Amino acid sequence: MQPAQKIDKPPIPRETLLRLYREMVRLRTLDERMMTLQRQGRVGFYGAATGQEAATLASAIALEPSDWIFPALREGGAMLLRGFPLVPYLCQIFGNSGDETKGRQMPSHMASKSVNQVSWSSCIGTQLPQAVGAAMAARIKGDRTVIAAYLGDGATSEGDFHVAMNFAGVFKAPVVFICQNNHWAISVPTAKQTASESIAIKAQAYGFSGVKVDGNDAVAVYLAVKEAVDKARTGGGPSLIECETYRIGAHSSSDDPTRYRDEKEVEEWKKRDPLDLFRGRLQSWGMWRATDEDALRARVLEEVNAAIAEAEKKPDPARESLFDDVYAVMPWTLREQREEMLAAPAVPRPDAKNIAG
Amino acid sequence: MPAWNIIQAVNDALKIEMRRDPRVVVLGEDVGKFGGVFRATVGLIEEFGADRVIDTPLAEAGIIGAAIGMAMYGLRPVPEIQFSDFIFPAFDQIVNELAKLRYRSGGQYSAPVVIRTPVGGGIKGGHYHSQSPEALFIHTPGLQVVCPSNPYDAKGLLLSALRQDDPVIFMEPKRVYRAARGDVPEGDYTVPIGKASVARAGNGMTVLAWGAMFHEAEKAVAEFDAELIDLRTLWPLDIETIVQSVQKTGRCAIVQEAPRTGGFAAEIAALVQERCFPHLQAPIARITGWDVPFPYTLENDYLPLAPRISQKLRELADYEV
Repeated sequence: MQPAQKIDKPPIPRETLLRLYREMVRLRTLDERMMTLQRQGRVGFYGAATGQEAATLASAIALEPSDWIFPALREGGAMLLRGFPLVPYLCQIFGNSGDETKGRQMPSHMASKSVNQVSWSSCIGTQLPQAVGAAMAARIKGDRTVIAAYLGDGATSEGDFHVAMNFAGVFKAPVVFICQNNHWAISVPTAKQTASESIAIKAQAYGFSGVKVDGNDAVAVYLAVKEAVDKARTGGGPSLIECETYRIGAHSSSDDPTRYRDEKEVEEWKKRDPLDLFRGRLQSWGMWRATDEDALRARVLEEVNAAIAEAEKKPDPARESLFDDVYAVMPWTLREQREEMLAAPAVPRPDAKNIAG
Repeated sequence: MPAWNIIQAVNDALKIEMRRDPRVVVLGEDVGKFGGVFRATVGLIEEFGADRVIDTPLAEAGIIGAAIGMAMYGLRPVPEIQFSDFIFPAFDQIVNELAKLRYRSGGQYSAPVVIRTPVGGGIKGGHYHSQSPEALFIHTPGLQVVCPSNPYDAKGLLLSALRQDDPVIFMEPKRVYRAARGDVPEGDYTVPIGKASVARAGNGMTVLAWGAMFHEAEKAVAEFDAELIDLRTLWPLDIETIVQSVQKTGRCAIVQEAPRTGGFAAEIAALVQERCFPHLQAPIARITGWDVPFPYTLENDYLPLAPRISQKLRELADYEV
């Protein structure tokens, strides 16, 4: 593991850097609180981005608000960076009536059209051909939109990854594939996903460029993604960016990584914490002081706790909403079944801690 | 009115809608310069250009996945899956993504994708150019499944499908692609999704059929006092028309080309007995393909063709409790 490359002068506007750092701290705080709530049985499932905040947020901040994000499991935080309010975000995790997506999906599957971040499924890699289709559509319509398609290292083994890369190359679609190579797909290390020397190199086979960056270095991630986004926007076609990072925590709240990986490896990566690296840079540029850090941490924790308190008290979605949004117009079958359900005895949902996942 | 076949009707519907709505794009294998292996998209690339008539790489999951993304972004994609047997590489995209997108996003996103795909056997196509997978899609909440039997319905249903906001699996019966000819009005008209058509009135029994096997059922009912219903839309099913007929006739047969077990005919039979039990004078008959992979040489033994339908309808007519 190399230390982050030295950069003498900030290559990114000060306001962007500070906003990014604040969002990284907020996401870290949020993830820590959510994991605690999950252990307390207040949240059914959670997939934290801990250790991957730079890859998640420094990439997202390189996009314009009108650009679209097709996320994978750990990019929910990008919605917050793009201005989505914390309370409805948390309501998705609680699966209650404050959730814009109406409690339909497991936690960590949030989406909002208001910030151009689309809904994703748990089926790995399926968002990638869709992202390419959206990019093709943007080009057909003559829009400047760029599509960011996120994936993990495990997803590169899926057929949909290859299909998407191939379509992107053939149609020169304005899409940027951002792979968070966090070294582990649940229990399987990257070396068992691919015999390629890197993930980035795979782009060559599809006729476009792939670059590998230090995914824990927010500045490196930002610069690489920005370059790829600018290229896509100006007709230069797709890119693949491999952000080499590390999943500090478990795959999800349902996982126990001590059964398959060496804690020493985790400890080594903790020395390259993306928040520490980024804060070090800000300090070296005279943009950040210890007192700023204390104030930020306190403010963010207060904000997160207040939002949790507000979100958690919202009631579950109405029972009859079960049948909404299957179709634009409800067919007779669903009208009949809704009546049948409402006439049947209600069974309250189990404690969140009993939800599988 | 010109007498057209189903391919011409489909082609005409695509042209009408592409002229009317710039959001409509066609994509798939060989749909551009070649005009599709069945010629259904012939002439489109010349009129609408390569941005709207897209020859894709050979990857069904990519075709449907890209179509979903296009639809989310505001286009109206009409992907062609060259044979419905080849739809399975895209099954995940259809079942887990396309069908659930509106629901899982709480209604924020929809994917108005109309997947055109030739279905059915009887063309010496063996296992992989002959299947009828409708039940798999009917079983998936969020999808609509349409299967016209004639050119008039094909054009009108395709235009309806292109003008609503949910995904449609548009199954084209390739055995009668060219054989089923009929008058088709020029210009714009629609046939509503979810409405069956009573093709022949009768009182002694109700026969339900769709797609290519509708034509076999039509031959078979000639010697019976039978009401013949062409379902046209498989899902959502026009249960009212069916129930009205079976309550009148008291006997019901369902003709289905797909294998029997777990097929759509089984679902229809369940719905009919739930609603018509006191009226039924005989068990509901299913005349279907067999539970075997679609054969090459023995396809006429597999298919529920008119002679086998007639034999079963005779048993149904003669049945006494």
